[in-house]
Amino acid sequence: MTQDQNQKEPSKTLKLADDLKSDARFLPLAKNPKLIENLIALLFILGILCFAALGAAYWVNANTQVLGLTLAGGFACMGVSFVLWGRYLLPKGPFSEERHPIASNTQEFEAFKDSFIGRGKLAFGRRKFLVKLLGAISGVFGIVATFPLLRSLGPNPDASLFRTEWRKGSLVVTFEGRPVKVDDIDVGGFLTVFPEGHVGSFVSQTLLIRASTQPIVTRPGRETWAPAGYLAYSKVCTHAGCPISLYQQQFEQLLCPCHQSMFNILDGAEPVFGPAPRPLPQLPLYIDDQGYLRAQSDYNEPIGPGFWDF
Amino acid sequence: MSQSSSATQRQKKDPLESALKWVDERLSVGKGGRNLLDKIFPDHWSFMLGEIALYSFVILVLTGIFLTLYYVPSAAEVTYHGSYAPLYGQKMSVAYLSSINLSLDVRFGLLMRQMHHWAADIFLGAIAVHMARIFFTGAFRKPRELNWIIGVTLLILSISNGFLGYSLPDDLISGTGIRIMFSIVESIPFVGTYLAFWLFGGNYPGNGIIIPRMFVLHVLILPAIIAALIGAHLALLVHHKHTQFPGPGKTEKNVVGSPFWPNFFFKTNGFLFLTAAVIAALGALAQINPIWLYGPYVPYKVSYAVQPDWYMGWLDGALRIMPAWELQIGRFMIPNQFFPAVLLPGICFTIFFAWPFIEAWYTKDHSEHHLLDFPRYRPKRTAVGAGGLSFFFMLFFASSTDVMANYLQISLNIVLWFFRIATYIVPFVVGIITYIVCKELQKTGEMAGKRKRFTLVLRSAEGGYSTVYAEARPGDKDVFAKEPEPVELTEEVNELLSEQAELITTASELPEVVKETFPKGQSGVKTVARD
Repeated sequence: MTQDQNQKEPSKTLKLADDLKSDARFLPLAKNPKLIENLIALLFILGILCFAALGAAYWVNANTQVLGLTLAGGFACMGVSFVLWGRYLLPKGPFSEERHPIASNTQEFEAFKDSFIGRGKLAFGRRKFLVKLLGAISGVFGIVATFPLLRSLGPNPDASLFRTEWRKGSLVVTFEGRPVKVDDIDVGGFLTVFPEGHVGSFVSQTLLIRASTQPIVTRPGRETWAPAGYLAYSKVCTHAGCPISLYQQQFEQLLCPCHQSMFNILDGAEPVFGPAPRPLPQLPLYIDDQGYLRAQSDYNEPIGPGFWDF
Repeated sequence: MSQSSSATQRQKKDPLESALKWVDERLSVGKGGRNLLDKIFPDHWSFMLGEIALYSFVILVLTGIFLTLYYVPSAAEVTYHGSYAPLYGQKMSVAYLSSINLSLDVRFGLLMRQMHHWAADIFLGAIAVHMARIFFTGAFRKPRELNWIIGVTLLILSISNGFLGYSLPDDLISGTGIRIMFSIVESIPFVGTYLAFWLFGGNYPGNGIIIPRMFVLHVLILPAIIAALIGAHLALLVHHKHTQFPGPGKTEKNVVGSPFWPNFFFKTNGFLFLTAAVIAALGALAQINPIWLYGPYVPYKVSYAVQPDWYMGWLDGALRIMPAWELQIGRFMIPNQFFPAVLLPGICFTIFFAWPFIEAWYTKDHSEHHLLDFPRYRPKRTAVGAGGLSFFFMLFFASSTDVMANYLQISLNIVLWFFRIATYIVPFVVGIITYIVCKELQKTGEMAGKRKRFTLVLRSAEGGYSTVYAEARPGDKDVFAKEPEPVELTEEVNELLSEQAELITTASELPEVVKETFPKGQSGVKTVARD
C-alpha cells in the first residue's frame, strides 16, 4: 500500500516521509515501540487471566480478598496498558490549539444585546404594573410552594423539647424493664434507667449512679433529690446530644465519648472539661414504701443540647 | 458515468466511515466532533487530580447501584436470625439488617460495599487536593470563576452525600452521627428546631422516616445534582479550554499538550482503570466500616472513640475544641454547637465561594488568565492557602483528641488545650513560613525544586567576566534545553498523522527516534503546507 502510493505520487509522499523521519514530534515517545507493544500484549493476557480468575472465584464463592484482588488485577492491567499505549505509542507532540478570547466580539454581543433587551422591551417596556404583578405571582407561589415541601415533613416542636416521659411517681426501671430497689446497686455502681413503660426512650434515658449510702445534696434546693446516695442525671449530653456512657468512679465524673465533655456528679453535673456548656439536668428521686426508686417529677429544665428558644 | 463512479466510491468506503456518515447525517457530529477530537489537554501530573475525583464518582455510581439492589431503607424493628452468630437474636432496624446481609451473605456484596466506601473517601480526597491545585495555581481566575463556584458546590454536596451514605446502615456509630446532626440542625437560630423536627418527623430519634429520607437524598437527589454539576464543570472546562503552566511555546493564546483523540483518550481511560484498580484493591484488602462489629443502633448506647469519616473530621474537631460557651439573648439562645458546626463551615464555604472575587478586588486584576501561576510567584495567595489548609488539618487532628491522649499517654486536658490554642496559631506560623519560602524560591528562578548546577565564571580575553551554568548532570532534566515548538493540528498535520499511520504498519518499520530537540521555528510540517 505504502509502496503503491510512493510510486503514484513520488515527490509528495517521499517528502512527507522524510519530514516524519526528521521530526521527533510526530514520533512516539518509545525508543523501542515493539517492546511496549509486547508489554501491552502481555498485560492484556494477564488481565484476561485476572478477569477469568474473578469469574472462577465468584462461582466457588471465594472470599472478598480473592474477588477484589482479581478485579483489581484486571483493572490494573487494563489501566497500565492504556496509559502505555497513549503515552509511548502515539505521536508525542507537543501539539497545540489556538485559544480565543472567551467574550464574543463587539458585533456579536451587540446583536445579542439588541435581541434580548430590544425585543424584550416589546414585551415588558412600559408595562411596569404587569411586571410587578408577575413578580408578585411568582413570589406568592414561591412562598406557598415551600409549605407542603417543609411543613408536611413532620410535626412542630411545640413543647416537646421541654418534656420527657418522666412523671411524678414514675417507677425507675432498667433497660430490661426491671424496677430498681434501693439495695440493688452498690456504691460506685451505675445503670441506664428509664421511666416504666418507656424503656429505650431517647429523651428519657437517665444515668442512675450510686455515689454514697447517704442522701446527697448537689445544690441548694435539691435537698431531697438524691435519697440513699442515688443520683439521676439525664444521659443526653448538653453539648451535641450523645448518650453519656462513661462513669469515672475515681474522679466521680461522667465522660461523654463523642467530644469528651466531663461532668462532676457531686455538684449537679457541672461541666468541668470539654465543650459542654450546661450541667446535665438532674432527676429528683424518692424511695417508695416498698423500697423502689421513683421520680418526684419530670426534669425541671430541657434535656440535651441547646436550641434557639431554649 | 456518474453511477459507476459512485459505485466505486461505495466500494472504497469502509464500514466505520459509513457508520460515522450515518451518525453525522442525524447529529451533525462533523461540526463539533472535530473540535472535541482536536481538543488539547496539557500534560502535567497535577491535572490528573480532578480525573481521580471524576473516576471515583463513576465507581461510586456503579457500586452504589449494586448496593441499592439489596439495601432496604426502613427503620422497622426486626430480630436477627441470620448467619452472623454474634448478632443472633438481637433487635435491629431493617436498614441495619439489610446492610449486614448484603455484607455477609450476598456474594460480591462486601467487596462492593467496601469499594463504595473507599471510593467515597478517595472521591472527597481527590476533590480536596484538586481544589488546592486550582487555588495555588490561580486557575480560578477570570474567566473560570463560575467553574470554581460549581466546584465548591460539588465539594459541599459531596461531603453531605458522604455523610448521608455512611449514616444509612444505621449501625451504632452512624446512629450517633445522626444524633449529632440533629443537635446541629436544632442549633440554627429561628428555624433550627422546626427544621430538625420536620426532617426527623418529631423529636429525636423521630418516627423512623429519616432513614428513607436520607436514602432518597443519597441515591437520587444529591447524586443527580452532583452528576449534573459535574457535567457543567466539564462542559465549562471544554468551553474555556484547559489552563497550562507557563513554558516554552505556551502562551495566553494557545493550549499545548496532547490531543483528546487518541492520546488523551488512551491516557485518561487508562487512568479510569487505574483508579478502579486501586479502589478494588483497597476494597479487597483494607477493611472499612465493619458495621457487624459495631452492632445495631440503640439510642441509649454509644461506642468508644467515635470518629466520623475523614472529610467530616474537621467539623468533629471543631465541635471538640469549642470552648463551653453559649449565647443567651433574652429568652433565646445561640447554643454551643452552632458556632463550630454551622457558623464555621458557613464562613469557610462563603470564603471559598467568594475567593475569586476577593482576589480580583485585592489585586485589581480583571483580565483573562489561561497561564497558571507558579505558587512561589504569588506568595500572598500561597501563604493564605497554606495557612488555611493547616487550619483544616489542625481541626482534623483535633477530632482524635481522645485517641491521641490514649496513644501518647498524656492527659486529655493537655491535648484539648493544645488544640484550642494551636489551631489558631499554627495557620499564621505556616502562612508566614510559606511566604518566606516563596520569596526565597523566587530567587532560584527556573531552578526551583531542581538540583543545583555549578555556575562557571568565565573571563574573556578582554578581561570581562560572565557567568554561565554548567551542563546538566546525568539524569537531570536540562531545564535550559529548548523544547520543541508545539504543532497546531491543522488539516495538513492531520493528513500527515494519518499518513504516518499507514506508513507505520508495524512497529519495526518505525524510524529511529530523533532525540535532539528542535530550535524554535524549524518546523518541517509548515514547509510542507506551503508547498
